[in-house]
Amino acid sequence: MLEVNKINTFHGKIRALWDISLTIAEKEIVSFVGGNGAGKTTMLYTISGILHPTSGTMEFLGKRIDGMSPHQIVKMGICFVQEGGKPFPDMTVQENLEMGAYIRETWRNKEEMLEHVYNTFPLLKQRVGQLARTLSGGERQMLAMGRGLMSRPRLCMFDEPSYGLAPLLVKIFFVSIKTLREQGMTILLVEQNVRQALEISDRAYVLENGRVVLEGRSGQLLQNDHVKKAYLGL
Amino acid sequence: MRRAISKKFFYPVLVIFFSMIMVMMPPYVSPYTIILLNSIFMYIVLTVSWALFSGPTHYLSLASAAFFGIGIYVSAILGDKLPLLVVIGLGGFISFLLALLVGLSSLRLRGMYFTIFTFGLSELIRHSVQWWEVNRTGTVGRWVIGVDHTTVYYIMLAILLITLVVAYILKHSKYGLALLSIGESEEAADHIGINVNAMKIITFAISTFFMGTTGAIMATRWTYIDPSIAFNPLFSFMPVLMAIFGGIGHIFGQILGASVLTLLADVLLTKFPYYYMLLYGMILVIVVLFLPKGLTGLKEEVKKWQEGRSFK
Amino acid sequence: MRILEGEGVRKNFGGLAAIAEVSFHINQGEILGLIGPNGAGKTTLFNLISGSLAPTAGIIRFKGENITGMKPHQICKRGMARTFQLVKLFGNMTVLQNILLGSLFGTPKSILQSDAVNDSSKLLEIVGLSGMGTILAKDLTIVNQKRLEVARALATKPELLLLDEFMAGLTPTEVSLAIELIKKIRDRGITVFMIEHVMKAMMSVSDRIIVLHYGEKIAEGIPDEIATNPIVIEIYLGA
Repeated sequence: MLEVNKINTFHGKIRALWDISLTIAEKEIVSFVGGNGAGKTTMLYTISGILHPTSGTMEFLGKRIDGMSPHQIVKMGICFVQEGGKPFPDMTVQENLEMGAYIRETWRNKEEMLEHVYNTFPLLKQRVGQLARTLSGGERQMLAMGRGLMSRPRLCMFDEPSYGLAPLLVKIFFVSIKTLREQGMTILLVEQNVRQALEISDRAYVLENGRVVLEGRSGQLLQNDHVKKAYLGL
Repeated sequence: MRRAISKKFFYPVLVIFFSMIMVMMPPYVSPYTIILLNSIFMYIVLTVSWALFSGPTHYLSLASAAFFGIGIYVSAILGDKLPLLVVIGLGGFISFLLALLVGLSSLRLRGMYFTIFTFGLSELIRHSVQWWEVNRTGTVGRWVIGVDHTTVYYIMLAILLITLVVAYILKHSKYGLALLSIGESEEAADHIGINVNAMKIITFAISTFFMGTTGAIMATRWTYIDPSIAFNPLFSFMPVLMAIFGGIGHIFGQILGASVLTLLADVLLTKFPYYYMLLYGMILVIVVLFLPKGLTGLKEEVKKWQEGRSFK
Repeated sequence: MRILEGEGVRKNFGGLAAIAEVSFHINQGEILGLIGPNGAGKTTLFNLISGSLAPTAGIIRFKGENITGMKPHQICKRGMARTFQLVKLFGNMTVLQNILLGSLFGTPKSILQSDAVNDSSKLLEIVGLSGMGTILAKDLTIVNQKRLEVARALATKPELLLLDEFMAGLTPTEVSLAIELIKKIRDRGITVFMIEHVMKAMMSVSDRIIVLHYGEKIAEGIPDEIATNPIVIEIYLGA
């Protein structure tokens, strides 16, 4: 579904990604793990079009997407839920969610998707009319995830979805990831919570200093010595 | 904060050198030059004192005209009753007091709201003075005791040097650092022991002191003033433009911006009397577009352009 | 000795009680944890304690003194410091300058600039940022930014440190390092009050934990008691 081939991305003069290649197949849950500054968020920024690679190619559903602007990439069916959520602060919870459906909006679909999001995140339903700015950190995260889902993406990318979430909500979130996959969505997760990310994903890539140093089935990576020592604190 | 020895002494030495030249100049140049230099000194003081507060804290004040104008009015009202230096001091002092009041009343305002509040206040003062003059005093304008240009020159130079010294000392002291931190995150600054409110108000008031003294001395060159001259909003906008043009982050940039723009206005006015505003505006726009950090950012921009890479 | 006490603390925003009649205390030298679902009022409680917000009702006492309604800088000078959920650094200033400001302004008696610079350099080492003094704060990674915020707070020589989600976004290995740092801080005689969602840290490092839910304290006790409390499991921990 998504094929990334030897891309290099720079932040100003500094190369953040070095010849990264990866593939994601339909209905897979893939995670990127790695320490801070490893390049995971840069990877997501590149796929979503916020940053452009200076070399290499990216293909989504057979079409070249490197060089496209973010809104075109959203139209193609990739959604990116950023770290900390970043909802629109002066709009209500409902308005934020509705904004998520902006590109693919039809009235029928919007109501249906809203229903679905509220079922996945009941806390949002409680706060329907509240301004996003008045929500707590974790609630904003949830709102942003809900908003991302509204555009009915084929591929959903989450940057640190468990950041600042209460353990119960983290569990709910990871369960809903599985539900999303059953509904046909492909998921890409970037997570510091390495254990949980590996437990829920099918495959994973380990990034260090902008390069892929390990990849494979998540179950195997959980047993890998380097992963255990460097990330799992074992 | 830690600089190599040579750099630390560079600017002070430069300033001392220039001031020595300035002090010795008057007998050797034409009256026209002296008048021009007075204008340049005036704008440098307005710009540097404006940037004293607004630079590091990012609270963009558009009330400079109010404090400058108060200085002018103090001169107009008391100029014939008190010695010149006392009048100048009073101009600064009364501005300072008013600024304390303004500061206290605008504490909760941030960003755009603060800016508009200061502008509105300035206009309010202008209209209030106008109303008072018309209804209570019976006249709109006032005559000001004239003072010869050379005396104005030396007094302005003194005010300029004092302003620069104060600005420099403040910037390199722990209070200067604290002001910068207020501009970055007021809440964090408050939480590490910085009395943010007090520091904002006092710094703001200090900056207006210099504006008031400048107004008091410069009033003497106009001989006739009225509220629309004294509180002309241009005296609020120009310091901002000059600071941005020259480079708001450095005192040298503020001096440069004020000097260059004042000179430029003068040159354009004499050479292109019909188009000068247009040309002036265009130059401003071009510089701000291509040099967001002002003239002092020129070195940086050239370096960046040479290196080429940028984040799309 | 109770270094911090809150009695009947309440905070209303309009008609909504963000914090409703919460009473709590921290003993000197302990590490007290604060947990609760998102939106329970944890950061609001910190804001009330540190002076960012004034309570609608109730009293807060720090080292026996009533600090209710005091401004943050006054409270800081009395010996309390905090970090923020969303890091609030002075981004365009260097790492050292950030810490230096804490050193210069955070103590009741002013100190010599040279002493402040020395203290700040030492703090750099303690939090693990050695050699990074001249880097701009905004250019640091998130983990290092959090470390810097702690260093800056420590520079004010606090007796009580409030940590707001210090471990968020850390890998398990980084969490272990952070736990070591907190223990180091405790060993220097500083009492710690921490909000966390990372249970591994919370359970291993806290002496006691209090639980907030919809602005009310619903549980208090040692980690084992909290971990097995059925209500806490239902509303916060999950099965």
